[in-house]
Amino acid sequence: MPNTAYILLILLLPVFGFALLGLFGRRYTRGFSGVIGTALLFVSTLCALYVAYKYFSGNTGMPALRHTYTLFEAAWLSFGPDLSINMGVLIDPISAMMIVVVTVISLMVHVFSLGYMKGEERYSTYYAFLGLFTFSMLGLVLSSNIFETYIFWELVGVSSFLLIGFYYDRPTAVAAAKKAFIVTRFADLGFLIGILILSFQAHTLDFGRLINNLSSFEHSPFTEPPVFLGLPLVDWGLILVFIGGAGKSALFPLHIWLPDAMEGPTPVSALIHAATMVVAGVYLVARLYPLFTLTLDVQQVVLYVGAISALLAAVIACTQTDIKRVLAYSTMSQIGYMMFALGTYRLFPPSLVDPKIGFIGSMFHLFTHAFFKALLFLCAGVIIHLVHSNEMKDMGGLRKQLPLAHICFLIACLAISGIPPFSGFFSKEEILSAAWRADRFIYTIALFTSGLTAFYMFRLYFSVFWNKPATGHPHAQPLVESIPLVILAIGAAFAGFIPFSHLLIVGGHPSVHSSIGLNAVPPVLIALLGIGIAAWLYYKQSDRPQKAAAAFRGLYTAAYHKFYIDELYLFVTKKIIFNCIGRPAAWIDRNIVDGLMNGLATATARISATIKGIQSGRVQDYAWFFFVGIAGLAILFIYIVK
Amino acid sequence: MIPLHYILFLSTALFFIGMYGLFTRRNIITILMSVELILNSVNINFIAFNKYLYPDRLEGLFFSLFIIAIAAAEAAVAIAIIINLYRNIRSVDVESADDMKF
Repeated sequence: MPNTAYILLILLLPVFGFALLGLFGRRYTRGFSGVIGTALLFVSTLCALYVAYKYFSGNTGMPALRHTYTLFEAAWLSFGPDLSINMGVLIDPISAMMIVVVTVISLMVHVFSLGYMKGEERYSTYYAFLGLFTFSMLGLVLSSNIFETYIFWELVGVSSFLLIGFYYDRPTAVAAAKKAFIVTRFADLGFLIGILILSFQAHTLDFGRLINNLSSFEHSPFTEPPVFLGLPLVDWGLILVFIGGAGKSALFPLHIWLPDAMEGPTPVSALIHAATMVVAGVYLVARLYPLFTLTLDVQQVVLYVGAISALLAAVIACTQTDIKRVLAYSTMSQIGYMMFALGTYRLFPPSLVDPKIGFIGSMFHLFTHAFFKALLFLCAGVIIHLVHSNEMKDMGGLRKQLPLAHICFLIACLAISGIPPFSGFFSKEEILSAAWRADRFIYTIALFTSGLTAFYMFRLYFSVFWNKPATGHPHAQPLVESIPLVILAIGAAFAGFIPFSHLLIVGGHPSVHSSIGLNAVPPVLIALLGIGIAAWLYYKQSDRPQKAAAAFRGLYTAAYHKFYIDELYLFVTKKIIFNCIGRPAAWIDRNIVDGLMNGLATATARISATIKGIQSGRVQDYAWFFFVGIAGLAILFIYIVK
Repeated sequence: MIPLHYILFLSTALFFIGMYGLFTRRNIITILMSVELILNSVNINFIAFNKYLYPDRLEGLFFSLFIIAIAAAEAAVAIAIIINLYRNIRSVDVESADDMKF
């Protein structure tokens, strides 16, 4: 790739926007801030699309073999001859795909926010934060070094914190921002320790060499890998890295921050908490995929955490009444899907030709999910602006008032439910066939989750747009809010036809495109069943939902309260950690540390109180002291010290 | 010629008279005069030692000339301070100027 400076533009334009709007936005560019931010991002998006186009069309003759390019590498912090933190840009199939996803979704959100956030007091600040987030996310996907990834990872966390707490005058938003930051920071601690373990083993932080060194290490028959508590050290490192990814991706049991994060502005939820940031964990596992597939233990951790998150979140989503929370849980469920697809590799029978099908399915689902989930959130934003409430019971019969949002929402619901020919069908099909070949139990869970997904998405759809008689006239919607919806709807409808498996393999065999045949029948049938049940319950107002809830009362109550996981966390932190660790630590601080300091201060005060009488204010006394002192010194030096 | 120790007795007496005045007088001008006595006793010492021990040199004489000059300057400053003190507290008694204490 000659002359690649424009790749840096992708990264630098958003951060330039952040600096510009953050420093001068409030005073000088108030009204234009949104336009400036959007224009900068538009150029950045064009560059990203160009890079992806050049990358994927570069060697069409051989669709299988795609190279990994490392550009602009420079040593940033050097620890020694063989260990340094380098800053570089890495272009390979998944990062090329991710820059397209991130810039396109971010651009749609920028454009949508032009209308949605208009008239906000902190309009420029909002666009500055969006720029910061876009920059950090692009840096995260483009970094060539695991430590560079970590730096951008934290930056992403900070910008997420800032945007969740955007309405800082609402106590719930402040609490949600704090919660998101603490939970993900806690998980990031695992990530950092994992990085240290892996780099200690591999003697490098660079992705390519890290993967090479550790794979050869594992396969070597002569060296016994170091073991800690029954697992090889490398596996511990990978599990810790996975914990970091699970925190950012809101996987069970670190998912508690995601539903609360919906306190942020809705376009932010679409960008950060649905389409881009929360898939960072999936991206991280995919980035280190050759390492994560080394041993069965690590694969099983990934597999089961993903599957449990997918199922649990789908069950909870069926009972929530806040439209954004339903979408949040559905995001968590879909990310669980992507994650467990990455954990299927080791379970395939050895005869299988193409064991990378799980990887491809996961990346494909990440791609399509970004479109339809962002679309769902933006539609939710339109709905919330009209109704001024997040509660589903305040909505209903909106199909006349919001015809465009209605169509878009329907397309997105069909896509997420996996109805052909919408995009979600293809990606989900790939994941399900990976699950089918890997493990029947996981396949059952995945299939059941898929049915639940269809059910809760159409529960939402029917409750919002049908349920009550449709009244009113079409609501005038600004053009900047309509265009992103239309573009995303096109993506959600047709992204499935991209021949993904041809695009994604680095230096391997071309993937046999999983022919969609009979194996597609059960998921579609179960999705249709879910839609049918949702229609039966919510198409018209009736007492059927209450009866259904009563029939599954135990499960319903538990799911409504999110399986009491929040309460469990509160119990552990407030009752156990605060009482057993916090209070003793506070006691030591108050009594021993403070006591020492207070004692010193008291002693000083006492001594000065006793000797302050010397300072009488009478000049002649001082003259006496002076004379006595001089006389004493004279005697000392004349007679005693000779 | 008068023996050296006679002159040293004189300067010692002058020094302790000045000391006594410095510690016992209450009037600040008298205290200033006592300080002048002390300085002059030192001057006498310088002159005597110069005359009796190193008659061919002049350092002692110059030193006493410097001390006289500095004493004159000091007196000017001290009297300025005393005038200000008097303006503030309407007294030149050191006992009554004892605000600067703990």
